[in-house]
Formats: sequence, C-alpha cells, structure tokens
Amino acid sequence: MPTRAPARTSHLSYVVERAQLANGLRLVMLPDRTSPVVAVAVYYDVGMRSEPEGRTGFAHLFEHLMFQGSASLGKTEHFTHVQGSGGVLNGSTHVDYTNYYEVLPSNATELALFLEADRMRSVVLTQDNLDNQVAVVQNEIRVNVQNRPYGGFPWLQIPPVLFSSFANTHDGYGSFVDLEAVTLADAQSFFDRYYAPGNAVVAVAGDIDPAQVLAWVEQHFGDIPSRTVEPPPSFAEPRLTEQKRAVVEDKLAPAPAVAIAWRTTDPADLVGFLPYVVLAEVLTDGDASRLQDRLLLRDRTATSIGGYLGIMGDPLDAREPTPFLIEVHHAPDVSADSVITAVDEEIDRLVADGLTAQEVQRTVARMVARYLREVDPVLGRATHAAVFEQQRGRAELLNELPDLLASVTPEQVVAAAATLRRDNRAVLELRPVGGAS
Amino acid sequence: MSTARTLPPLAKQRVTRLPTVSDTLLDNGLRVLAVRRPGVPLVELRLRVPFAAPSGKNGMPHVARATLLADTLLSGTDRRDATQIAVDLQTIGGQLSASTDADRLGLGGSVLSAGLPGLLALLGELLTSAAYPKREVEGERDRLVQELAINRSSAGVVAREALMARMYGDHPYALDLPTAEAVEGVRPKHLRALHEARIAPAGSVLTLVGDISPARATAQVAKALAGWTARRTSVVTPPAPTQVGRTALLVDRPGSVQTTLRFGGAAPSREDPGFAAAVLANLVFGGYFSSRWVANIREDKGYTYSPHSGIDHPPAGSRLSAGADVATAVTAPALLETLYELGRMATVPVDQAELDMARRYAIGTLALGTASQAGLAGLLSQLSAVGLGVPWLRDYPKALGAVTVDDVLAAGARWFSPSVLTPVFVGDTAVVADSLRTLVELEIA
Repeated sequence: MPTRAPARTSHLSYVVERAQLANGLRLVMLPDRTSPVVAVAVYYDVGMRSEPEGRTGFAHLFEHLMFQGSASLGKTEHFTHVQGSGGVLNGSTHVDYTNYYEVLPSNATELALFLEADRMRSVVLTQDNLDNQVAVVQNEIRVNVQNRPYGGFPWLQIPPVLFSSFANTHDGYGSFVDLEAVTLADAQSFFDRYYAPGNAVVAVAGDIDPAQVLAWVEQHFGDIPSRTVEPPPSFAEPRLTEQKRAVVEDKLAPAPAVAIAWRTTDPADLVGFLPYVVLAEVLTDGDASRLQDRLLLRDRTATSIGGYLGIMGDPLDAREPTPFLIEVHHAPDVSADSVITAVDEEIDRLVADGLTAQEVQRTVARMVARYLREVDPVLGRATHAAVFEQQRGRAELLNELPDLLASVTPEQVVAAAATLRRDNRAVLELRPVGGAS
Repeated sequence: MSTARTLPPLAKQRVTRLPTVSDTLLDNGLRVLAVRRPGVPLVELRLRVPFAAPSGKNGMPHVARATLLADTLLSGTDRRDATQIAVDLQTIGGQLSASTDADRLGLGGSVLSAGLPGLLALLGELLTSAAYPKREVEGERDRLVQELAINRSSAGVVAREALMARMYGDHPYALDLPTAEAVEGVRPKHLRALHEARIAPAGSVLTLVGDISPARATAQVAKALAGWTARRTSVVTPPAPTQVGRTALLVDRPGSVQTTLRFGGAAPSREDPGFAAAVLANLVFGGYFSSRWVANIREDKGYTYSPHSGIDHPPAGSRLSAGADVATAVTAPALLETLYELGRMATVPVDQAELDMARRYAIGTLALGTASQAGLAGLLSQLSAVGLGVPWLRDYPKALGAVTVDDVLAAGARWFSPSVLTPVFVGDTAVVADSLRTLVELEIA
C-alpha cells in the first residue's frame, strides 16, 4: 500500500545567488526588499571538534577574541559601529563551525561587510585582551554551567559516554586550566590555519542589490591573501557495540533526569538522515507525540521530555557523527530505569506496529511551520543558507527543506527507529545530590 | 600587520513603512487587530485577556490558579480531549500556548496560513468550553510543583522573586511564582470558576499578523468567536508603588561560584514625556553591549559575562531592572563599579557621541524588531495593552531624535540614582557578606 506523504507543503522561493572570490571566500546572497533590514553572517569552518588536546574551549575563546579588535578597529569598536548603526550582533561556536553575524538597517550593509573583512584580514591579538576574555569566558561557564542546575546536561556530559575520540568527547566550553594555559601564539596559529578566506562562507540576506553586495565584498575581502585550507577533517569513529551507562551528580538540581543517545547515519546523506529528524518529533513534539503521550499524559512519570538531533540541538548544522538524543526530566520517586523501559517500549511499538501516513504528515506540518518561522527573519535565512552552503554546497536547501521533509515516509521513520536499540546506546543519569530545595 | 583603513559611511536609510493595521471592535467587545505581512505563509496570533491579580490574601491562591489555568487551558474542551487538540494543532501546522502574569492571560501561537480557520475554531472552543478535566489538572498540578522546584533552584529565579517581593510589598506584582502549597490546593472547580469570571471578550485584544487578508481574517475571527460572550468580573490592578530605594538584601546560596546581582526601580511609561530620555539613559548605562556597565565590569575587568539593564512595562507601573552574575571573589568590586556607573548616570552629563550612538541603536532596532511577523505581532499586542499602536510607532523615533544630553542627565538622576534602586544579591553569604557591607547596608535572608 502506498504510504508516501503527498508533497503538499508550503513552497519557499527565496532568490539565492552565489559567488566565489579568487582567494576562496564563498558568498551567498538572498535579496528580499520587503523591509529595509539586512543580515550578514560569516561562517568559519572550524568548531569545537577541531580544537587541539590541552586546549579545550579554545574555539569558543577564540570567537571572543574576534571581537577584541583588528587593524582598523580598537577593542569594542566592532560593537559600537554595529550598534551605533542601529544593528545587533553576536557570534557563536558550534561543534563544526563558528559564526559571526550582524542584523542592521540596510544602509549599514557595506559597513558590516567592512567590519567582518577587517577582522578576517587582520585580527589583533593582545595579552591584555586574551587575559580579559579568559576571565569573561570563565564567568560565562559559571553562569551557564557551574552555577546552574542541569548546567551542561546533557550536551557537555553525554559525549564522553557516546563517543571515544578527544574531538568528539571533550568539553567544548573548556576546563579553566586549559583556558588559562592559552597563549597568543596558540591564538595566532589557530587564526592562520582556520580563519582563512577559503574556509569561510559569507551570507547576506535582506534588502540588498546582489551586484552591489558582490562589488563591496570584492572591495573589502578581495585583497585578503589566499591561504591553504585543509578539507574538513573526519571525526568518524566506531559505533557502540554495547550499551554504555554513566551517572553525573548535580549539587543544584532538585530532581533527576536521564539522557539517552544513539548514533545516526551520516548527515551528509540528507535523504537518509531526515527520517531521524522526523522521528525525534514523532516521539517528542507536543501532547500528541508518542513519548509525551506515554510519559506525561498516561504514566505521569516525567516532567518534561525533549528529543532532538545534534549535541547542541540543531539537526542540520553538524557533520558525522551526529547523535540522536532523548532527554527526560522525571520525579524523584521515579527510577531512571522505569523511564528508560517506557522509552524502549514506545520505540519497540513504533517499530513493530509502524505509524500512519497521517501521523507523519501532521508531525511534518508542524516541523515545516516551525522552520518557516525560523526563516521569516532575515537572520534565520542568512544562517540557514550559510550552513547549508558550507557543509553541503547547497544554499538552495533553504527553499527545498520543506519538500524534503514532506517526502519522508512512514517506512523510513520506522527504519530509523529500528536502529535505536538497547545495545548501541549511551545512557546518562543525572542524580541530584544536596539539592537546592 | 595591516594598516588601518577608513570605514565606509552609512548610506541613506530607506524609511521603514509603518504597518497598516485593520482595527475592529466586534459585537462581543473583542478588539481585533489584523496586519497583512506576507513573507512566509504563516499567521502569528496573540490574544490578551485582562487578568489582573487581586492583592492581599487572595493574591497567592489567584497566582496558583492562574498559572495552572494557563497550563491546562489546552487540556480539553467539551468536544476534544488533550490529545485530539494536540493532533489537530499539528495537522494544521499550528502551535498555541497560554501564559498568565499579574495583568493578563495571553494566548500566543502561529499556524500555516491555510490553517487559520482551524486555529480560530479551536481558540473559540477553548475560550467558551475549556473543560479542565480532573485527571489532566491533577497531572499538570504535580508537574507544576516539580517545575517550580526546578525553577527555584536557579539563582536568577531566587533573585527575581526576592526583588519583586521587596519592590512591591503587598501589591500583586510582588508575587512572581506560586508556592507549591498554593498549587497543591487548586482543584478543577477553581479553574472553571476563574475561567468563567475572568475570560471575557470585552477589553481583550486579538492580534493577527502574517500572510492574510485583514478583512477576511477579521470576518473569520468574528465567526469563530461569535459564541464568546462571557461577561467579565472586573478586577483592576492598583497603581504600582512608586518605589524608593530599599536596603540591599543578600539571599544566601552556600557554595555559589557566582553572586547574582539584581537591581530594580521604577521607570516611566511609554506615554511619559520623559520616556525616550529614560530609554537612552538605560542604553548608555547597561542596555546594550556598547554601554558603560558592560565596558567596565566585563570588557575592562572581566568580572562577569552578561551585565544587562532594561525597562519593561507592566501596565500598573513601568520598571527598570539591571542584573549581572559576577564571580564570587569579585562580588564587592563588581558592586563598587556598578554603584559608580549608576552614580555617574545620576550626576554627570553623558557625552554627545554616547547619546547619539544610543539613539541610532534605539531607532534602528525598532525597525529590526518589526521586520518579522512574530516581532510585529508581539509588539502590537504589547502596545495594545496600554492603548497604544501605530501612532506611537510613528512618533517614538521622533521623540528619540529630540532627546538632549540634559534630558538624559535628568532621567539618570530620577531613575538610575543608587538611592532610588532596590538591590538584591544571591550568593555565598559566608564569603561575600562582609565585603558587601563595606559598600552598602545589608539585610541577610
């Protein structure tokens, strides 16, 4: 019986134009003149997985240093120029990339490109700024991890259970010892190796004339010397052949939690990977999802449930290996094992009984709506297009993703679920010790 | 090393067009705002229902009931159970959630444009026949108790609760979250009674922004919500106290690696003639990255990651808040710098260049915030709560443009002076109390 879902989704038709400079820099432009705003995003193809041993947290620390000045800009001037033009800005570090972006009134488009070019050409690294930003990053870790219940759960804590290589297991926020050991020479060599124009994608979305943007990019980035860029390294490693379990203790958390992680297929094969993305939503999105229905509405053993791909929660922005995660927060009088057993039973039921085309369709309908909501702001468009271009050479996926999601079949979702077994997963229990209550 | 290059000048800015808002008062008293903003094929929906909390002994039971009412409003109607509602929402590519605070009940969501009639039909059903089924209410009640425990294990939540209590005394704004005890006392009958007494169309505002025809969408609302005719028991929030600075409070969090510093005070409303100056004073102090507070305690001294100040607008009295989480060892030095920067705002004129930068930021980010469907819907809905709309959006940039250095100094003296703010700290008392006492008088909780 044919169960293929009809491709009845909302079509997007953003114009995508691209160019590449002689120095290797790739440019993607998404013109849309509806509102006089623009987003500029620069993606460097280096993330936490590429930092060297003994330098945990380095990619993120370096992201901070990129805001500390360049040949034409003193410390904090990157901020004052963007914000003084009516714009907002930030940067973030992920497992496979580091991004920097500005959203501004469109009369500041050239300024934003100039600012990004200046630091790509000539970041200025000083000991004072390094010392200052090590202290700032340590406070970021305190506020987001050490002084917070469930801080780092499970994104910093489950990789060592699921993976084995340094690249895949280490704490991407970094140890204080490693952060304090960083030298200016480390930073300069990291910049030289990874912040080359040929290792970056620039995406510009919004109120732009592509010909004018290309001319500005040529003018401001064109004379940055080309440097040798290595292809992205493989971080592939063997899969688990038996279940691995671990326990972390949390002094601040008042209630326990459990995370279960499995490996998936290589995300490079998008058609093979998307069924896992749909599966995560079938299991956990809303009261009608399998696990919420079971654990929240019927068993009442859980207080919250999440299911997602990618250690940082974005399914489509990381290369192999990318995990499938289920995270359940539960009551103190409920055992982790009973929660895990219920999850197993629901996955078994899905594999044994399958699911209807309607269940897949309604799940995908909301996924598409959520995706449209992400790409409505110019920044969402720029960031999605940039990562699609960088990791897949195809910014057009920005428009194509809804139809690709709609073409996932129930059989594919079941096949994906069948790979989530008891003997190939990592389980991490969080136990409250001391508690805050 | 490369030599410095000259920055390109800003081009002439295109004018941001003001949204065209269709504004209709329906027969049942509901006001409907609708804006066509095609972009992606979605519609954003925001409904605000007046939901003022009572003061005094009825305050805490109300907060508990209101919180649980929002958590279970989508748990069933006379026609659908919780699962069916969730299935139907997914099917139309929709999401919808409810929340309450001391002023309003809010329903917010979005839907693929073709699903708008379905979302409105569900909304009508929820407003007129939410069932608050016993089993679902009990399940959510237990879950809420656990969620509250998790919330209260966070230093920021502890600080906020303490600050609200200290700033507002016996005003309803003092109660931010319900106690577990109050939640445990809630029964389905309380929720049904609260719904019946308070969820009424008169005074409520529904905002729709997206890929719609405003006229057709408004007609769809009129049809779907025609049966919503309840009359509301009026409860009016008393004006918030005009706060005066209170003695600093230190809440003990043994072993804490950071101290959570929070400050609260009054602020002018959006309609106040001094509002634009206060906004710019806030930006110069700590309202954006390019502010003095960030430059000082983050970029110069490395005491913290994210200092921030802001103005928000509860209808009964606007509020200034400032917060930074600082390493325990530098708690008193961080407070010293904070008091210095606040005192500077109150006593020394800002530089013209600092003011101009803040002004461009305030005007520019207003345009950014209204460029997306969700951003515009949220802003229009918030403005509607205090009777403001497009005219305010039109005039506000002009008001920002007219602010002078003297205006900012006056705003600094009135709103940012350390003597008019209430400080709350959450940290390891054994380590930080003595050094904090060298700077401020301190009560310890």
